[in-house]
Parts: sequence; C-alpha cells; structure tokens
Amino acid sequence: MREITYAEAIKEAMCEEMRKDERIILLGEDVGVYGGAFGVSRGMFEEFGGRRVRDTPISELAITGCAVGAAMTGLLPIVEIMFSDFITLAMEQLINQGAKNRFQFGGQGCVPMVLRAPGGSGTGAAEQHSQSLEAWVSNAPGLKVVIPSTPYDAKGLLKSAIYDPNPVVFLEQKLLYRTKGPVPEPSEDYLIPLGKADVKREGKDASLITYGRMVPRCLKAAEVLAGQGIDVEVLDIRTLVPLDREAVIQSAKKTGRVAVVYEACQTGGFGAEIVGVIASSEAFFYLDAPIKRLGGLDVPIPYNPHLEAQVVPSEEEIIACVKSLL
Amino acid sequence: MKLSQDKYGELYLKMVQTRTFEETAARLFVEGKVHGTAHFCIGEEATGVGVCAALEKEDMIAQTHRGHNQAIGKGMDIKRMMAEFLGKETGYCKGKGGCMHIADFSVGSLGANGVVAGGIPVAAGAALSQQYFGRNNITVSFFGDGATNEGAFHETLNLASVWKLPVLFVCTNNLYGMSTHINKSMNIADISLRASSYGIKGLSVDGNDVLAVYEETLAAREEVLKHGPLFMVLNTYRWMGHSKSDSQVYRTKEEVAAWKEKCPIKRYREFLLKEKIFTPEQLEGYDRQAAADIQEAVDFANASPELSIERIFDDVYAQGDIREQKPKNGFVL
Repeated sequence: MREITYAEAIKEAMCEEMRKDERIILLGEDVGVYGGAFGVSRGMFEEFGGRRVRDTPISELAITGCAVGAAMTGLLPIVEIMFSDFITLAMEQLINQGAKNRFQFGGQGCVPMVLRAPGGSGTGAAEQHSQSLEAWVSNAPGLKVVIPSTPYDAKGLLKSAIYDPNPVVFLEQKLLYRTKGPVPEPSEDYLIPLGKADVKREGKDASLITYGRMVPRCLKAAEVLAGQGIDVEVLDIRTLVPLDREAVIQSAKKTGRVAVVYEACQTGGFGAEIVGVIASSEAFFYLDAPIKRLGGLDVPIPYNPHLEAQVVPSEEEIIACVKSLL
Repeated sequence: MKLSQDKYGELYLKMVQTRTFEETAARLFVEGKVHGTAHFCIGEEATGVGVCAALEKEDMIAQTHRGHNQAIGKGMDIKRMMAEFLGKETGYCKGKGGCMHIADFSVGSLGANGVVAGGIPVAAGAALSQQYFGRNNITVSFFGDGATNEGAFHETLNLASVWKLPVLFVCTNNLYGMSTHINKSMNIADISLRASSYGIKGLSVDGNDVLAVYEETLAAREEVLKHGPLFMVLNTYRWMGHSKSDSQVYRTKEEVAAWKEKCPIKRYREFLLKEKIFTPEQLEGYDRQAAADIQEAVDFANASPELSIERIFDDVYAQGDIREQKPKNGFVL
C-alpha cells in the first residue's frame, strides 16, 4: 500500500468529499493560498476557489459561530483553528451555541460541523501553542471528540466526522503531521466510524490504553518490552466522545494490568475517565494490579527543549510504568 | 408610506399579543406557577414586531433572551411559546430550553439566546448559507445595547462586512445592560456609530415608532440583499426589571414613568384612530383577540404534559448521517 503523511491524509479526506458534496466548505485563518499554518490545506484554494476555501479574519469566536449558523442552515463547514490552544477564544460559540443547539431547541435541527485543530507539545512553541485540551471539549454533551494517531485513521475518521450530524472536534497532532503511514489509494474509499477504538498491537501481559501522539510512543515502548519478553497490548481509543467503553473493558479484562497514557496534564485529564470506566466495570475483578495513570505533569508546557520533553510521558517512563504493573 | 389594513392590523395585534403574553407570564410568576426566569420586553414591542413584519417568511432571525416580540413578530405559535415558558413537552424546546431558548425553525427562527451577543455569529453563519446557496433572503441578528460591548459583535460585524453577508444587525437599545446605563458602559451616545469601524452603514431609529421601524427595515432589507450588512439601532426602553429578581434600584420612578408616556402601543393606537384607519371598536376587537389567544395558550400549556426523564437523552446527539439529508426551510433537520 502507498504511504502518505498524516497531513496529506487529512487533506485527501477533505478534498475527496468536497468534490462529491457542494455543501462542504473550509474556513479558517490562512487556509487559502497560504495553505494553512501547517500546510494541511495546501492546494485546496487552487482547486476549490475562495468561495469554498475561505480565509477569515483572526476572529476565532466569529469563525466558529459562523460555522454553527451555517451548519444549521445547510452547509457542512469544516473550521480550522490554527492551534487548538485558540479554542479558548471560540469556546462560547462551540459549547453554548454549537454543542447544546439540538438539545436546547428540542431536537429541531442539528449542527453538522467539524472543528479541526492541532494540539500537543514538542515543537518549542511554549505555553500558549502546545496544549492538549481534549478533556475540556469531552465534558460538553453534544460534541463528539476525535484524536487520530495514524494517516489511515485520520482520513477515515475525518470523512465520518464531516457527515456526522453533530459538531465534531477533530484534534490533530502537530508532531504527527509529517509522519507517514499506509493509506489506500483514493479510488478505494473507506470510512472509520466514530466511537470505535482500535487495537494497534495485540498483547496478553499488560494494556497500554492511549490516543493521539502517545500511540506511536506506546508502540515503541511495547516493541522494547517485547524484546524483554513482555507482551503488551496497545489500544488506541481514537474517539474520546463517544468512547468505546466495551473495547476498554475488554482489553483490561484480557490482560488484567492497565496503564493509561496521555500527554495532557494528568489531573482532570481524559485518562481519568478511562480509568473510571475500568474501575467501575466488571473489568475491576480481573485486575492483577492497580490501574496506572501516566499523564503529563500538571504544569504549562515550557519552552526549553529539555524541559519540554520531560513534562510529558517519555518512552522510558512508559516502559517503567508497564514494568511496575507486573 | 400607506400600508394595507391587514398590515396595520398585524402590527397592532402582534404588539398587543406580546404585551398580554408578558403581563400574563409575569402574573404566573407572582402566582408561583413558574420555575425559572424570563426577561420581559414590555415597552419594546415595536422593535421586534416592526422588524419582523418587514421580513419574508424564508428570512431568518436570531432572537435575544428578551425576544417575545421578535418571536411573535416572526409568526411563532403562542401556544407553544407559553408551553415552553411553563416547561411543558408541547413547548418549542420540549421544556428543555425555556423562554431564553425559544426557537421555531419552521418560521425561520434560529433561536433565542441566553448569552449576550451569542446569536450574532450564528446569524452571520445563516447568512453565509443564504449567500452560498443563492437564496434571496436575509438573516436578522437581534441583540441589545450590552451586546455591542462583546467581542462577538465586533468580530462578526467585521467578518460579515468582509464577506458582504446578507445580514441585518439590529440593536435594541433599551439603555440598560441589566443595571448599568449605557453612559457607564460606552463612551458614545449613538451606538450606530460603531458600524463605521467595519465599513457598514449605521442607522439610528426611534424604536417606539412601529411604523418607522417597519419602514426602515423594509428599506434596509433591500440594501442588505444588494450590498451586504447593515447596522440598525432601535432606541427604546425596558419598562420592567432585567429579570424577575430585579428591584430596579439603579433608576428613578420618574424616569420609568416618563418612558411609559412614550408607550409604543399607545402611540400606535392613537395614530390609527387619528388617521381613522381603525375605529375604537375594531381596536378593541384586536385587544379581545389578543387576550383570548393568550388565555388559550395558558390553557394549552396547563393541560400539556411534562417530558419524562426517560427521554432526556433524545436530543443530545442527532443520529444517522447527513450525507443524504437535504435542508428543509433552509434548515438541516
């Protein structure tokens, strides 16, 4: 199978569906001729023109709210927020106007929009451009939340997100944009349903349950551990909302030893929710060790590269964490 | 401008319906029959009614939390409004939204809003759809004077201007953001000046003159369709407190009394009689109709069931796939 990057996969998903469905538009800061801050939409302006690929003023609140209103009335907008940190500027429209829309109006309509935003640390972009804010948007009923870890998943999940009748927050990972992976040719269309986790590596001794950028890191750790005779399963939950509880519970029951790994600040992070699902299910009776939670330190992301690297879970820490379970 | 008898009558009836609806709602509060809150637009009836009378059915509006005049103006069903106010399943939001979230997609209402300025970007988005699909319609974004101090107002006026969206921004200036007079919250007396920052024309209109509001909106609608957004400030006054818990310590009884003299309904009624458009008997007929409509709405609401908790998850998420769905009334259903 051919290999393309995570960024290319996202662009392919948008382009292929925009060719099929006139209702889909892309709007955001510098998504036009510039091609987006991370180059994801490069070439789209040339193909679809300014009517469908719309550069906006630097107004995250208005862009997001405009997408809500457009989605209510017939368009399928994809909003690119340049850094996921800037959803802080868009939260009122995303949560109060978007997420609650259908519920508060008694089910009259829906808001089929996607808000794409890259998150995560590791680029030296410091405190205001490096956060992992998935827990914030996972606590707002009405939103769906997706974090893909591979080009294949990114493409298939984004296509599902575009046609989902609900607002979907699609959190991309900056450090994965340039990573390559196998993706079928455009002629072989596929979708990945929201709400389905994926076992990225089968194992029997322990489970690493994770998402986003920590998936490749957990896979590397599992590789190292395999060399030491420890057979680790890596479960990529892919969609935080809706969460594939069954897959989480099954993996925990299967191995009896679980570490939940995520980059965001540990306290109140989404990993706590995964731990909660396991602890309050029948999987609890299968556990042979307390569930470990390995999140980022409870600090903002610092600029200095040595410091930055040490505030989120490292491969070594993941390995040590698994060993502590055995 | 000479209007048809029907139009003159519609403006009068809808203003009286709005006032009667709210006076009745206020009484239900006093009687302890309502849980929650409401924000009354008594004294401001001419704004929402006058604007909506100038719109086409397929035009859209985004209302405010103080928007019973806007809702009735756009043709919403008073029975379902009252049922929502009383939290009943037959209400517009099945009792889940209350007065602050009344919406009726079938008449082009994008919904009332509990957040000051919250509906402004949403209205611009609806206008983007209208422009994109070549619908010959506009969206009216209603908001109050307080909203013009929110970022959403400034960001959206700018965006709408850049994209020439068919949106009419309507500010109901009732002089107070809750308790704070506009002379303490902005350093300009004429709010319409704010439009100039965005290359948009600003208008300032007597919001207690329903005919002026109607005529200005008719003209504005044409201009918005041709050239893009316009900003219209309707100057009026809120007779009641901000919400039911407001004891109004921030203004004098004399000030309120002076504005009550400028009552938009009384003024319009005097005009209709003076110009011999209607007889006193005909106007009393409208008054009786409004009273009967509201009583019918209260009876309907009282007789309606409440939503069962078993159905609480029904509308959190929409089901299915949007691929094959086509908009109805301009809305995705």
